[in-house]
Amino acid sequence: MEDKHQQILELLEKDSTLKADQIAAMLDMSLEEVHEQIALLEKNGTIVGYKAVVNWDNEPKKTVTALIEVKIAPQQGYGYEKVAERVSRYPQVQSVLLMSGGFDLAVQVEEKSLDDIAHFVWEKLARTDGVVSTATHFVLKKYKEDGISLFPEPEDDRVKDILI
Amino acid sequence: MNHENLLNPVAAGIPPSGIRKFFDILDEMEDVISLTVGEPDFVTPWGIRAESIRSLEHGHTHYTSNSGLLELRRQIAAYQKRRFGLSYDPEREILVTVGGSEAIDLAFRALLRPGDEVVVHEPCFVCYAPLVRLAGGEPVIVETKAEDEFRLTAAELERAITPKTKAVVLSFPNNPTGAVMEREHLEALAALLRDKNIYVVSDEIYAEMNYTGRRHVSIASLPDMRERTLVVSGFSKAFAMTGWRLGYIMAPADVMDVMKKIHQYALMCSPTASQYGAVEALRGCEADMQAMVREYDRRRQLILKGLRDLGLPCFEARCAFYVFPDIRRFGMSSEDFCSDLLMKERVAMVPGTAFGDCGEGFVRVSYAYSIKNITEALRRLERYISSHS
Repeated sequence: MEDKHQQILELLEKDSTLKADQIAAMLDMSLEEVHEQIALLEKNGTIVGYKAVVNWDNEPKKTVTALIEVKIAPQQGYGYEKVAERVSRYPQVQSVLLMSGGFDLAVQVEEKSLDDIAHFVWEKLARTDGVVSTATHFVLKKYKEDGISLFPEPEDDRVKDILI
Repeated sequence: MNHENLLNPVAAGIPPSGIRKFFDILDEMEDVISLTVGEPDFVTPWGIRAESIRSLEHGHTHYTSNSGLLELRRQIAAYQKRRFGLSYDPEREILVTVGGSEAIDLAFRALLRPGDEVVVHEPCFVCYAPLVRLAGGEPVIVETKAEDEFRLTAAELERAITPKTKAVVLSFPNNPTGAVMEREHLEALAALLRDKNIYVVSDEIYAEMNYTGRRHVSIASLPDMRERTLVVSGFSKAFAMTGWRLGYIMAPADVMDVMKKIHQYALMCSPTASQYGAVEALRGCEADMQAMVREYDRRRQLILKGLRDLGLPCFEARCAFYVFPDIRRFGMSSEDFCSDLLMKERVAMVPGTAFGDCGEGFVRVSYAYSIKNITEALRRLERYISSHS
């Protein structure tokens, strides 16, 4: 079962639209087992959500993304966690990563405009307790997101009428 | 000129594919979910493509040695040893060919004297009998059966052997049935062949796509079989490199020397950029290959379960990327069934008869397709079946 739940995760991580009966067939499990495993993985916080990866460039609605390097002063007794948790609470923050090297947190922020990002940095991020300094980098274009290339996929150009 | 009287009657006499008509219909239809194709849907792993591009950037645009890049032959030797326990000398016993097909052609051309017989089991990939004939030999067809899980049995092979038999084709893991020959089945054939002057041409192009949980066994790895076996393999299937046209053959040096001469004059050498890519395939892309194999296995289970749930008897195909369901209960020939299904539901499968007369009553379904495609095909098939019952 250990291996099976790993395989369920691999499948769902690649395509969260897969139905339980498809997963059951692919992994040679019963439908009940799959339902049970998924429920367990959701409950214990291993599966934390299901979502579509969207290429917003194809839509009229535009967003601006920034990667912000944040230096923080670790706090007595809490280390980096407390600050990271505070930063994570803002809904415009997409990801918060603790980094090795010249800064501490890499914070990815998505907003409607440059102004909104600037506003977020001055008003919210820089004023968060424990944040010492920030350096904001704006994303110009996304080429690959969550393991999915945003370049057009090649069409299936296999020849149908030769017998191999 | 009256070409008919002038052309080589053996070549001109090769029968056209029996399912040309079916393919013509398929070709003209739109919105078809086609499960007909016998090549990976994956694009070649990037690491392989990048290495090939690099070779071009570095100006490696000339011929290679007739036998192929020595580095590639060394990688092939190491890979075959590591994966399947086979030992071949990269200097003398490995030849890089233009696809597995050239390797098969070379084997027959090197082995056959006029009138020699070659045992070919069917249903199987379509090239063996025509290539035997072109090499001056005579194919002797042995039918494998669903009740034997489409394996070639020693009893059937023994019945087919005559004093004229020069070689036996072993095409396992098998296209189109998905049949696997396990060690004990190969042992039985080896016991029969060991004391005879009969070669085995073992086409192991699908060796990596084996979902039994056990590693593919080559008949060449059995005692006394190496000296009488020619092993054909290649990069097309396992590494998703069909368009690169790169295969190889491994054989005892004396046989190889003859094949090399044919290759040297007919092909000179295999494409250089492809060979550089293939070096990287074996050196650094085994994990990519295994990820694809894992994906095929999941699709296989999905499609097997889907077909069985629809009430189609389906032999447990355990290799390659094909399943071979039994469609006899529809009371139609394989070709009629496939045409009808194509017309009514726009799902394409290959009639079993394309792979030999004994494929009648079966169809080949390829799962070298996305889960989405497979699921949609099953849905349409379900609709077709429910309107037929």
